[in-house]
Amino acid sequence: MFTAILPRTAVPRNSTLTRNLRIFFREARYEFIRLFRTRSFSLSVIGFPVIFYVFFALIMNRGQHIGTVSVAKYMLAGYAVFGMVGAALFGIGVGLSSELAAGWLELKRASPMPPVAYLLAKCCSAITFGIIIVSILTVLGITLGHVSITLPEYARMIGLTIVGVLPFACMGMALALFVPFSSAPGIANMIYLPMSFCGGLWIPIMFLPHFLQKLATLLPTYHLAQLMLSSFGYASASTMANHWFGLIGFTSIMLGIGAIALRRLEQNS
Amino acid sequence: MSAVLERAEASASQIATESIETVASLNTITKRYTNGVLALDNLSLTLRRGEIVALLGPNGAGKSTAIKLLMGLSSPTAGTVRIFGADPRHTAARLRTGVMLQVGKAPEMLRVREHIDLFRGYYPSPMPYPDIVKAAGLETIEERMFGQLSGGEKQRVLFALALAGDPDLIFLDEPTVGFDIEARRGMWAQIRSLAARGKTVLLTTHYLEEADALAHRIIVINKGRVVCAGTPAEVKSLGSTAPGTSTSGSLKIIRCTTVLPSPTLLAIPGVTSAKLTANLATLISTKPESTLRELLTLDQTLHSLEVQSPALEDAFLALTSDHE
Repeated sequence: MFTAILPRTAVPRNSTLTRNLRIFFREARYEFIRLFRTRSFSLSVIGFPVIFYVFFALIMNRGQHIGTVSVAKYMLAGYAVFGMVGAALFGIGVGLSSELAAGWLELKRASPMPPVAYLLAKCCSAITFGIIIVSILTVLGITLGHVSITLPEYARMIGLTIVGVLPFACMGMALALFVPFSSAPGIANMIYLPMSFCGGLWIPIMFLPHFLQKLATLLPTYHLAQLMLSSFGYASASTMANHWFGLIGFTSIMLGIGAIALRRLEQNS
Repeated sequence: MSAVLERAEASASQIATESIETVASLNTITKRYTNGVLALDNLSLTLRRGEIVALLGPNGAGKSTAIKLLMGLSSPTAGTVRIFGADPRHTAARLRTGVMLQVGKAPEMLRVREHIDLFRGYYPSPMPYPDIVKAAGLETIEERMFGQLSGGEKQRVLFALALAGDPDLIFLDEPTVGFDIEARRGMWAQIRSLAARGKTVLLTTHYLEEADALAHRIIVINKGRVVCAGTPAEVKSLGSTAPGTSTSGSLKIIRCTTVLPSPTLLAIPGVTSAKLTANLATLISTKPESTLRELLTLDQTLHSLEVQSPALEDAFLALTSDHE
């Protein structure tokens, strides 16, 4: 009847931070492992850019140049972006949508997992896939396409892959919050493929019709690809600052849509 | 000197009144969704340390809403929610809770061991991994991918995730759905041992037998309000009597084949209601022993006598349909 109440020992603040970091690393590791083991995801996210690159840059258009850059090197940038955007849209966007619809996200939210760890882990997982894709494409380009890439160029590509995940992660989250899961993969594809084509990721932008070249300035894929090309010393039609502003603007719009969708979801819960 | 003694006395009496600590509470909660639906209407409930509480109610009664508020997944329109004295919407408050929900799909390409490892990491002092595996009965399936498990095995993994942090307050939503008898009894034993160790368990279930067997207290809600709360025996009594009659002590249903007419049956001491179909009489009595003594004296040819406790299902249906 008489139960002594033992006080809970206070947990010191710095160990909370260490625990959160450990939670983040564990979350990120398992998110990547899980996606990698899901063959339908990992094989297509890595496979498609690789297959397209081999076909369009290594088999066709051999020895040709665009400006000062060989086609094989030029397309490296485009397909690196293509791969990373796919990892972000499908890994983060459709993944989040699926976990939301299944009630799994609810279970995670009911646990003491910090939501930031969950979101950052998903971003890091997409980044890792992006880096894997860039690396495979680079190796293929060097071995089969006679592409010469210096270490700083490669490092710049990796750096842009890491930073470039952010706008597409935000787009993925906005998609997951806005669109019901049944239509999410379809809509993701409807966005992914046109956005890649019209951004000049497959066919270089200067070979597309004039009105599409103008439309491209609205697309984050165009801006990111141009930034990557500039790291090869390829001069773009626009300035670097413009491309960064394009990406930042797009990210802000996606964050806005996501915030509105989130508020709508929370109000209904 | 006297001031110190006064303080010691005051804290001693305080400890005595708080001897059964309130672990979680919903205080006069109103929850109205943006589409106008009133899910909870001025509802209050408390959960105390070491008890198993079953939350019952028909679909749409507000059970899920109440649980979501307690888990911090939702905010009330009015009123306060507290777990361990804190707002459950803060992550820190949930360090002492564990949750088992009905989940459509969990990540299928992670092994059972990896799922548990992930959830254990959320808590500062998690339950040791071997203990979790033993409590949830996962010894043979630790290395399997979640997607390869059967329905019952998946439920057991979700139970393990609820236990991962060695929580003091556990929410179980339909914990034994899809279980066979052996697995269900095993889960019941686990839940009882949790309560025996001073943990608090709140469970929702559609298996009323489960609520009857496990719960120290049952709370029945309907249309966002608490309709009835008490021990299983009390709830069964309340549901079996006609509204307006007072109930105290045990209530029993007496069935027999008798030649006695209805008015005689109703006049027997302790009888609150009597139904007679052909010669088959069904009596409800608040003083079953007195009723039986009188009944057997009055009718020497009485046979096929059955004395039963009221079923929780009947009580539940009566309680939740009266308020249409």
